Amino acid sequence: MAIMNVNPTRMQMTKLKKQLQIARRGHKMLKDKRDELMRQFIELVKETKKLREKVEAQLENCNNHFINASAVMNKKSLESSLMSSKHQTGVEVGSKNIMSVDVPLFESVHGSDDKGEIFPYGFAFTSFELDDAVSELNNVLPDLIKLAETEKSCELMAAEIERTRRRVNSLEHVMIPRYEETIKYIAMKLEENDRSSRTRLMKVKDMLLEKAHGYSEKYQ
Amino acid sequence: MVKNIAVIGDSESIKGFGAVGIDMFICDEPFESGNLLKRIAESDDYAIIYMTEELFELSAKERSKFAERTVPAVIPIPSAGGKKGIGQKRLSMFVEQAVGSDILFGN
Repeated sequence: MAIMNVNPTRMQMTKLKKQLQIARRGHKMLKDKRDELMRQFIELVKETKKLREKVEAQLENCNNHFINASAVMNKKSLESSLMSSKHQTGVEVGSKNIMSVDVPLFESVHGSDDKGEIFPYGFAFTSFELDDAVSELNNVLPDLIKLAETEKSCELMAAEIERTRRRVNSLEHVMIPRYEETIKYIAMKLEENDRSSRTRLMKVKDMLLEKAHGYSEKYQ
Repeated sequence: MVKNIAVIGDSESIKGFGAVGIDMFICDEPFESGNLLKRIAESDDYAIIYMTEELFELSAKERSKFAERTVPAVIPIPSAGGKKGIGQKRLSMFVEQAVGSDILFGN
């Protein structure tokens, strides 16, 4: 691991030590965040998977009803029966914060709760198959909206987990080792300087003693 | 904040959605779906946009712009021709993105 390009001074070492501490703390927190996100994500994905299977089966069923309906009705009257709706289905958009990820909450706002209200056409000229299809579709709607909510949440959380994982890895495998190496390098460099100045002092002392008294300390 | 729901697809697959109060955008020309999605998503009136799986696949580039936003949610649904498993594949892709390998779907 490459060390950082810094001056080997005591001040720099103190600074790096502080940064290392921060990096360690950040790493621990991000790791906790990743683990918790992952736990919730897995739960959510399992739920979404079940919901999707259910919705897909229901929609398929619904399509079959439509096919039956179109077999007994002509295309034009079928399409014109379905063209207008008595109400507009809307969703109240909220948001929830899961470990710093904003995920949407969709609450459906129905125009009417009356069961008979869902059919936008008169019953006189339409087949009962069409009624089945529309009421089936109406039944799928809550699940379909729930699916949109959970799937979008999965999408957003997956992206956040990926980002957090990258951060954790970069701290763990790049930043922290680099700080450690650099601190070690500075510590060694300082010790080396220490030793070299000590030997230099000893040597100078020897030379001064030799000059003043004509003997050297080391022979005593 | 109340927003509407939209569905994009070929006329055969989505004809019923109008009856339950969802705004239909019929797109019989598959390569137009990207532009249509962009227009609908940018209008900011819709919280959820359902797309048939075929069109969903073709508009990957346009979808990526809205992937990071909370709304709209673009969700694939099976078309009249039956499901193609694109929705399931998308889920397993999320797992792969988050975990590093697909541990739930095992395919």
